[in-house]
Amino acid sequence: MRKNGIAAAFANNKAFIAYLMAGDPSLEKTREYILTIAGAGADIIEIGIPFSDPVAEGETIQKAGLRALASKTRPVRIFEMIASLKGEISAPLLLMTYINPVFNYGYDKFFAECAECGVDGVIIPDLPFEEHGEILTFCEKYGTVLISLIAPLSGDRIGMIAEKAKGYIYLVSSMGVTGVRNEITTDIVSMMREIKKYTCVPVAVGFGVQSPEQAASLSKSADGVITGSAIVNIISEYGDNATPALEKYVRSMKSAVMNP
Amino acid sequence: MSEKPGRFGEFGGRYVPETLMPALTELEKNYLSYKRDREFNEELDYLLSEYAGRPSRLYKAENMSRDLGGAKIYLKREDLNHTGSHKINNVLGQCLLAKKMGKKRIIAETGAGQHGVAAATAAALLGLDCEIFMGLEDTRRQELNVWRMRLLGAEVREVTSGSMTLKDAVNETLREWSRRVNDTHYALGSAMGPHPFPTMVRDFQSVISREARAQILKKEGRLPAAVVACVGGGSNAIGAFYHFINDKDVKLIGCEAAGKGLNTPENAATVANGRTGIFHGMKSLFCQDEDGQISPVYSISAGLDYPGIGPEHAWLHALGRAEYSGVSDEEAVKAFYYLSRTEGIIPALESAHAVAYAIKLAGSLPKDESIIVCLSGRGDKDAAVVAEYAGIKGGTICVKTE
Repeated sequence: MRKNGIAAAFANNKAFIAYLMAGDPSLEKTREYILTIAGAGADIIEIGIPFSDPVAEGETIQKAGLRALASKTRPVRIFEMIASLKGEISAPLLLMTYINPVFNYGYDKFFAECAECGVDGVIIPDLPFEEHGEILTFCEKYGTVLISLIAPLSGDRIGMIAEKAKGYIYLVSSMGVTGVRNEITTDIVSMMREIKKYTCVPVAVGFGVQSPEQAASLSKSADGVITGSAIVNIISEYGDNATPALEKYVRSMKSAVMNP
Repeated sequence: MSEKPGRFGEFGGRYVPETLMPALTELEKNYLSYKRDREFNEELDYLLSEYAGRPSRLYKAENMSRDLGGAKIYLKREDLNHTGSHKINNVLGQCLLAKKMGKKRIIAETGAGQHGVAAATAAALLGLDCEIFMGLEDTRRQELNVWRMRLLGAEVREVTSGSMTLKDAVNETLREWSRRVNDTHYALGSAMGPHPFPTMVRDFQSVISREARAQILKKEGRLPAAVVACVGGGSNAIGAFYHFINDKDVKLIGCEAAGKGLNTPENAATVANGRTGIFHGMKSLFCQDEDGQISPVYSISAGLDYPGIGPEHAWLHALGRAEYSGVSDEEAVKAFYYLSRTEGIIPALESAHAVAYAIKLAGSLPKDESIIVCLSGRGDKDAAVVAEYAGIKGGTICVKTE
């Protein structure tokens, strides 16, 4: 089986994980921005497959998804774009989307494509622990990691989820949907302590993380930090010319995560 | 009926973000416990009878039956409930449950506004805060209901994402619930969504068929040939079907919105044009494109303007126990006029879809048979929409019915 690169991304350092929406503004630009983000130091890149009705997303990513759909971004083209990155990128690539586009693609075909194109894992926000059975056999068959999410109110569900987790755990920092927040009020330190009782899988915090200060503060306790909306905002602002701004931003975040 | 909790064959389930899972498991636990609680059931029965006006009448539509010359038509008069539709059955149950669970606030989606009005009503009665999410397009189509909700003390939040209709209102209500679950209950309005909603809403709505079955046996001494109801998400239909499911000779017919035609892009006929998918927390049938993007659907009636169907309907369809048939805008509007003039009953445009089907079915059945039509709501709210459809301007009424 193909070697999965996720563990290596956390091996020596705290990880900075970047999310962007495939096809926003175009797949050619997404390809370029993935290389920019990886070159600027991102340890893992999450690539969004747009979905018409993303219930876990705030306005920023909702709008990015609509722009991607407007530019006729299709899952099959996203796989082609990812396959074309082979040899040019070493950071692990994950796909983040909702369960319906995956179901519709056909589970076997979808995860076979993941293996073929070099996708190491998937994040599916509307597939909670109890419904993992929907795709788990396909993930195992093709060596794709299914990332587990833990949220602020998960409470006595944490043990059950953490014990089965693979790759990394996506710790949702705040209630509600994705989007930049000025303040994260959840007690991340004690949630980290609780999760670590059950697993040695690394834990990355996402939802609302925007500034290097937040990233530095979170990575004191977490193994990694995930940023999505802030990156999508940069791409939305600069469109086809986002490379310099992305590079600068990712460098600042990576540096904050490494030197908390 | 289902094999395991929350599943109807392959359909159903609970596909929501982890942020909502604790709220859903808490709701399931409480629902299962209060469902068997004598005090809860007594309180709910009291509200349903003294406040909502149940049992609703099973009215024999003599003029219509005579005119159609076939099976006798019985109308299950959910339109006579307080707030004017079947939606009150569900919200009284859910709001009472929410109150027992210590929730202070109710949020809900609405399409035509009937569920929003019912939720705002129950919230006012039970002293709960209430916020209703309604697509901007629907607030325009259903201005009167927006005003009724505000009058009842609810806040109406206009949803401007996506197609600005029912699907988008559900998205926004789910998002709002994930922001604030501790003190808030999401009173979902149809027999759809993540478990336990499809089961719980069906249980609260099954009062329709429990009454109707006893009423028809008393009046006719035999079961009906068919039960006909309109289907958006499918709550009045599952309520009207439920206690007849084991009566194999009773045909169960759900009427979907065929809009401007099943072969046009402008319809909301999920069973006819959709396929299996996973959305809004459930595995069921959905109108979607080749990549699994949910389709923006259309119906003249805001309450049927939804791209999915509840999972128990998807299952009844798969089993062949219920059949689902498309009824167009034009047929529904004709039925709207027909029932108004034949029986003096103005049906909701949603319910008019079921009336339209019954008009087609009656003639094919002998006179000693009967058909129950679930008249899920009253049509006052639709007067402006129908007038616009018929091209009536400035109050000049000139309408052709045939």
